[in-house]
Amino acid sequence: MRKFILGYLLPRIGQYFMVIFLGVTLTFIIPRFSPNDPVERQVSQIMMSGSQVSPEAIEHLREALTEMYGLSGSPWQQYWAFWGRLLRGDLGPSLSTFPTPVTKLIADAMPWTLGLLLTAVLISWLLGNLLGGLAGYYTESRIMRAIDVLSQAVRPIPYYIMALVLLAVFAYYIPLFPFSGAYPPGTHVEWSLSFILTVVRHSILPALSLILVGIGGWFIGMRALASNIVSEDYVVYVENAGLPERTIVFNYVIRNALLPQITGLALQLGLIFNGALIMEVVFGYPGMGTLTLQAVMANDYTLIMGITIFSIIGVATSVLILDLIYPLFDPRVRHQ
Amino acid sequence: MFTTLRDLLKYDGRFRIAFIFLLAVLCLALLTLVSPYDPSRTYLVPPDMPPSLEYPFGTNSRGQDIFWWMAFAVRNSLLLGLLTAAVSRVIAVLVGLTAGYRGGMADRLLMSINDSFVVMPVLPILILLSFLMRGQLNLVMLGVLMGVFGWPWDARLIRAQVLSLKERPFTQTAVYSGTNAFWITIHEHLPFVLPVVFATTINNLIWAIGMEVTLSVLGLSDVTLPTIGTTIFWANQHQALVFGAWWWLAAPVLVAIILFLGLYLFFSSVNEYIDPRTRLRLIGG
Repeated sequence: MRKFILGYLLPRIGQYFMVIFLGVTLTFIIPRFSPNDPVERQVSQIMMSGSQVSPEAIEHLREALTEMYGLSGSPWQQYWAFWGRLLRGDLGPSLSTFPTPVTKLIADAMPWTLGLLLTAVLISWLLGNLLGGLAGYYTESRIMRAIDVLSQAVRPIPYYIMALVLLAVFAYYIPLFPFSGAYPPGTHVEWSLSFILTVVRHSILPALSLILVGIGGWFIGMRALASNIVSEDYVVYVENAGLPERTIVFNYVIRNALLPQITGLALQLGLIFNGALIMEVVFGYPGMGTLTLQAVMANDYTLIMGITIFSIIGVATSVLILDLIYPLFDPRVRHQ
Repeated sequence: MFTTLRDLLKYDGRFRIAFIFLLAVLCLALLTLVSPYDPSRTYLVPPDMPPSLEYPFGTNSRGQDIFWWMAFAVRNSLLLGLLTAAVSRVIAVLVGLTAGYRGGMADRLLMSINDSFVVMPVLPILILLSFLMRGQLNLVMLGVLMGVFGWPWDARLIRAQVLSLKERPFTQTAVYSGTNAFWITIHEHLPFVLPVVFATTINNLIWAIGMEVTLSVLGLSDVTLPTIGTTIFWANQHQALVFGAWWWLAAPVLVAIILFLGLYLFFSSVNEYIDPRTRLRLIGG
């Protein structure tokens, strides 16, 4: 147990703080090397909007913005202030929808992304591994061979290309599904069956673009793992012992091949925040991707900054949580 | 080199497909040398024409011939991918070889930085970077930037390879005969590491092209420069699908599928070829 804590737990937690420290420091340093001064950019944007402002007012605005971006004081003071605000959970107000706090915008967008991506990743993981396990065992099956060829062809296609294809075919050419959004504009967001059904209908195409590509990947990985296990002694033994095929496939082959796939799932889930930005942009889905697009279009510096920091902390945290529960699946880590 | 190519073409169906696809992409990219249009100029041809004999991929709302625009797009996306791959290869090989061979403190320090970079979400940082440098970020700078972030996973693989090489007798022979560490890593270990470098290069290339698409669709790269990503950006901006100009999106979709499929099949077939057991199965000894 002592060895487990010192050799596994503590290094992981240490790494967690290291990643956040590096990431936050990077996001602090990068703007300082940027050739564009965010304050000047903002000031010139206001000047260009045509309103008549006196030089004193501009100077005042410049000071206020400098304060707001945390650019006043020496670099060290700025760096400490930066951490201070971050630890209080304060990412500042959004510039384009002033004075809505950045944290509120992120909190509104995050559930959509999280819900869609979690569902899609889990479905593709389950289906891909099930099919892959079966394909690894029944190597002669024609259906499995067909799925194999399909997976090889779909696997390298990026999900955003898949999204465009699905959109063109099932929303434009055959209008089966809605074009964009998570629900029709003007609908009241509520917990009712009809609203939930609309949301599900709107999310089918975006989810499908992730699932199709995802299944291909898990399938190929699982089939390779399973076909290695099939020739192991213990599988040959239970085969000769005359156990039912179903038991062999599920309890001996798939179960023992699952471990690396669980690691893979952990990595995928950790990257969910990074996730499917373009897919959301293509489908106009109101998650983090669309929020990022809006921030870029509106030149909203604080929002971009907030999304960056939030993603870094979010990814690091989810990877840490998964690292901490991983020993539950892998006895080798537990007994280390 | 040529016998390898001949064997692969002869015995591996996947390699044949990959070869044809990549050749097509390469030809398209080379066509830019004889392009009748300057991709940076707009309204050169009648806008919104569907595909025809004169305009094989149609024309877009900005009055550009999509076929020639795509030729430049493929060339630029490929160049960006290659540049990123090259930069990150140099870093990955240096870090991997050093960490693997030196071991001890150097290894622990390099690997803890490495591990942090592995789980660090690169995309938001790249978004922040390109947001702040909007207007100044050209293709070369973007490639170098992505290269700086794209190495950690591959460095880890290379280090693992070196760790196993270090235990082999030939390394010990070299050490006992007084060869210095630098010479051993460069002359004895690097050749064994090259297959790993090759395999990761293609993955890195695919990653880089995908990253560029993400940044461009968000409007963060130089959107006047044709790439696969900026094509999608402009089609989205003009709402091509809404008014029915499907060909504007069909072009990047088609080209991207051919490019990615080609790279992936090429990678997996050569990867299997490198493994002598599957090679024997393929060509039967």
